[in-house]
Amino acid sequence: MAIAEWREQLKRGEVSARELVDEQLDRINQIDPTMHAFLDVTGDRARADADRIDEARSAGQTLPPLAGVPIAIKDNLCTKGITTTCSSRMLEDFVPPYESTVTERLWNSGAILIGKTNLDEFAMGSSTETSAFGATFNPWDLSRVPGGSSGGSAAAVASGECLAALGSDTGGSIRQPASFCGVVGLKPTYGRVSRWGLIAFASSLDQVGPFTNSVADSAEILQVIAGADPKDSTCLNAAVPDYSASLFDSVKGLRVGLIKECFDHEGLASEVKESVLAAAVQLESLGAEITEVSCPRFNDGIATYYVIAPSEASANLARYDGVKYGYRSEGAENLASMTARSRAEGFGSEVQRRILIGTYALSAGYVDAFYKKAQQVRTLIRGDFENAYKKVDVLLTPTSPTTAFKAGDHVDDPLSMYLSDLLTIPANLAGLPAISLPCGFDEKGLPIGLQLIGNVLDEKRLLSVAHQFEQVADVKAIHPKGHFIP
Amino acid sequence: MSGSEAPWEAVIGLETHVQLGTESKIFTSASTAFGDAPNTHIDPVVCGLPGTLPVLNEKVLEYAVKAAMALNLKIAEHSKFDRKQYFYPDLPKNYQISQFDEPIAEEGWIEVEVAEKGKETYLKKIGIERLHMEEDAGKLVHAGSDRLAGSTHSLVDYNRAGVALAEIVSKPDIRTGREAAEYASEIRRIMRYLGVSDGNMQEGSLRCDVNISVRRGPLSPFGTKVEIKNMNSFSAIHKACDYEIERQIKAYESGEIVVQETRLWDEGKQITKSMRSKEGSSDYRYFPDPDLGPIELSKELREIWRAELPELPAAKRHRYADELGLSIYDARVLTDELSMAVYFEAVVAAGAEPKFASNWITGDIAAYVNSQRISFSQLSFRPSQLAEMIQMIDAGQISGKIAKEILPQLLEHGGSPKLIVEERGLGMISDPGAISLIVDNLIAEYSKEVEQFRNGKTKLQGFFVGQLMKKTGGKADPKMANQILAKKLQG
Repeated sequence: MAIAEWREQLKRGEVSARELVDEQLDRINQIDPTMHAFLDVTGDRARADADRIDEARSAGQTLPPLAGVPIAIKDNLCTKGITTTCSSRMLEDFVPPYESTVTERLWNSGAILIGKTNLDEFAMGSSTETSAFGATFNPWDLSRVPGGSSGGSAAAVASGECLAALGSDTGGSIRQPASFCGVVGLKPTYGRVSRWGLIAFASSLDQVGPFTNSVADSAEILQVIAGADPKDSTCLNAAVPDYSASLFDSVKGLRVGLIKECFDHEGLASEVKESVLAAAVQLESLGAEITEVSCPRFNDGIATYYVIAPSEASANLARYDGVKYGYRSEGAENLASMTARSRAEGFGSEVQRRILIGTYALSAGYVDAFYKKAQQVRTLIRGDFENAYKKVDVLLTPTSPTTAFKAGDHVDDPLSMYLSDLLTIPANLAGLPAISLPCGFDEKGLPIGLQLIGNVLDEKRLLSVAHQFEQVADVKAIHPKGHFIP
Repeated sequence: MSGSEAPWEAVIGLETHVQLGTESKIFTSASTAFGDAPNTHIDPVVCGLPGTLPVLNEKVLEYAVKAAMALNLKIAEHSKFDRKQYFYPDLPKNYQISQFDEPIAEEGWIEVEVAEKGKETYLKKIGIERLHMEEDAGKLVHAGSDRLAGSTHSLVDYNRAGVALAEIVSKPDIRTGREAAEYASEIRRIMRYLGVSDGNMQEGSLRCDVNISVRRGPLSPFGTKVEIKNMNSFSAIHKACDYEIERQIKAYESGEIVVQETRLWDEGKQITKSMRSKEGSSDYRYFPDPDLGPIELSKELREIWRAELPELPAAKRHRYADELGLSIYDARVLTDELSMAVYFEAVVAAGAEPKFASNWITGDIAAYVNSQRISFSQLSFRPSQLAEMIQMIDAGQISGKIAKEILPQLLEHGGSPKLIVEERGLGMISDPGAISLIVDNLIAEYSKEVEQFRNGKTKLQGFFVGQLMKKTGGKADPKMANQILAKKLQG
């Protein structure tokens, strides 16, 4: 059900907010024991919130735009009074005394928190398998991963456990799971959305964004969460346009660039490539002009990312030392061993790996060869995009080189796992908005996602192109096996 | 001159941490109040809770830039914050937000006046390398030991964590303990003039670390650098440097090695003690803080702030000496505290002669202000009233003695000296006839002394002046009294 449709039904009194919440909680009860999208289901709070909305409606009050919309929140976004774990032992019992800006804006718009969703520990991963509290599985095939790190949010929306969800995207953590789970995932421009309350992984790359069933719903959520925030100095002070109103802006003459380096990559699955190229043809039928562009350093993104993100993470995660909050190892004899043991026991192996990489990359004698060099390449990648946008309006790539892989497939091979974000990382490095939406299925019936990358703060155009593609492609109707969930 | 024959010379540089006196912390709105119960001025940002973000307090930037301008530093148009990483529990995030390779200001200097008993006072220009902003750390209290090592457990107080600091690094231009102390005290004076810091060393608002080495004259290479910490007064800085210079010279002369280390000044024993050796430099893994954008200062803003700078102590000292004719010493004393200088200038503006104003202010009035622990700005005795008193003395309406007599009342309650003198009938006797009459009586009364005087013991004039003052209750115009006495005594 689309958010707009829900709003109409609620307004007309055809259904109550409480009924929808109960329905969603039933759905969660039914499927989540096996799929495990949620770490915490906030049923009591959701029912109480829904009752309040129903009362307000009965009293004839005007309801806010997202009234009664059940939303799941990735568990690295702080929710006041509700445990926020980052899927880590380190923060297993951490209850934030403050609300993140994005969730506060959602609740102020009437949305209802239905629960906190699973993620790769501290958002470090591409499969939601590094969670300290167990993996999440893909609703299209429970033997497969939902992608990551926001796998819980993607799976929850895909399986109908909620109407929408928030995730965070540092190198593809919204778009790649959206692609794997067949939903819409939007990573806004860096700074479009406040990071206050988002537990940092890599501060210069992290950005919060929505998972939804449709592009129109994405526009609705972005509308609410976007905009300046005095609590985040990296949040842009730019006006927020009316995203929903411009969804049907004409795409005639729109110049769409296919990034040559993506389609030439040897790791790209042929089915994915074909599906995305077919989507390009559909865009052409809408009046868009398709051209090929070159971003010569596009494929260097992954190496650049795996220096910058761990470097920032090594500092961001230094605060978890067992002194102030979070996990503390018992029985250490002195301060140094308390800190060392708390971190060794509190962090999982992927987190430790990245802290080590980052510490190394910033160390004296290595910082020039790694961190500073990576920053230079990042500037070059940004320059590639700037050049590309002189010729085209949006860029088109697949979201991920493959469809959802089997759980356990890459667990012992971090490098092959990292390749999963090959196509999403460059947009983070350049701070650009990008959206993933379904464009087809592979022969196993697994969803394929395409990615549209826009210019800085060009979410409006990105959403309108995506929306109109979504209308003509009608992807769900072409699923080989019909409906998917057990 | 060859290096080995030249006399020893010390090379000293100071790192000064000035706490910027903003009401809230550098990156959050928590209070900076000092002395309250532990962990009462903290919030999620101070504690580095996950998901929190720093936002620069604009007032801190203004204070830092003004401080830098006053130190003649070049203000950077683009600057940034970096993370300085090390694990220690007084640092909530285990990194300190500081400025590394692009500080807010670089390349400046101040002029200090080095005055030492028995030596000629001289002016010295001391270079300043840089000024940068950073956040302070919290404070650890160790149980069972005064250090972390050996304690049974430690408590941490984050009240001070996140308080804004300006770190000011001097060039190694300082050569003596006296110069070091003068430099530090001039920095403090400037900060207080600007109103950006109270410079309170006891409360840690001003902290100085000294880097010091000795060498055989300016042509020799630098000696091994030793860092000294824990000096809580300017005199401690002075003495610690002098002690350390002696110690290092002795070590070299007796063939010992001076090791690179951090030493603590022991105020009780008046010595420096080894704290820890510095084996190479620590690796702080600096990198730009991605949570804080670049600091861009517009020309307009810089001009506004520059226009708001007050006249600084060195400029005042020069002006008092050159334009008002005061001694270097007086100019120095008057400008030590801005409130005293402001008071002095108001007295002069109200028409008082500068030298007389200076004498009163630095003498009896300063003593009163100090004893009452108040500031000149809180004094009931207003500058215009002091000017009035000085003008009365000048005009011969009262003597200095009478002025001293009414001063306690004026200091306590203020008021018009003219009215007080009238009310208490203390006006000066300046009628020559009246004074002549008293002198005549004295000559009659002390005929023996008059004879001695006339026989050449002219020193006795003082005796007669004293007797005359006694008879008049000090109200006789001293000049006139002397003239008349001299005339009549000679017969």
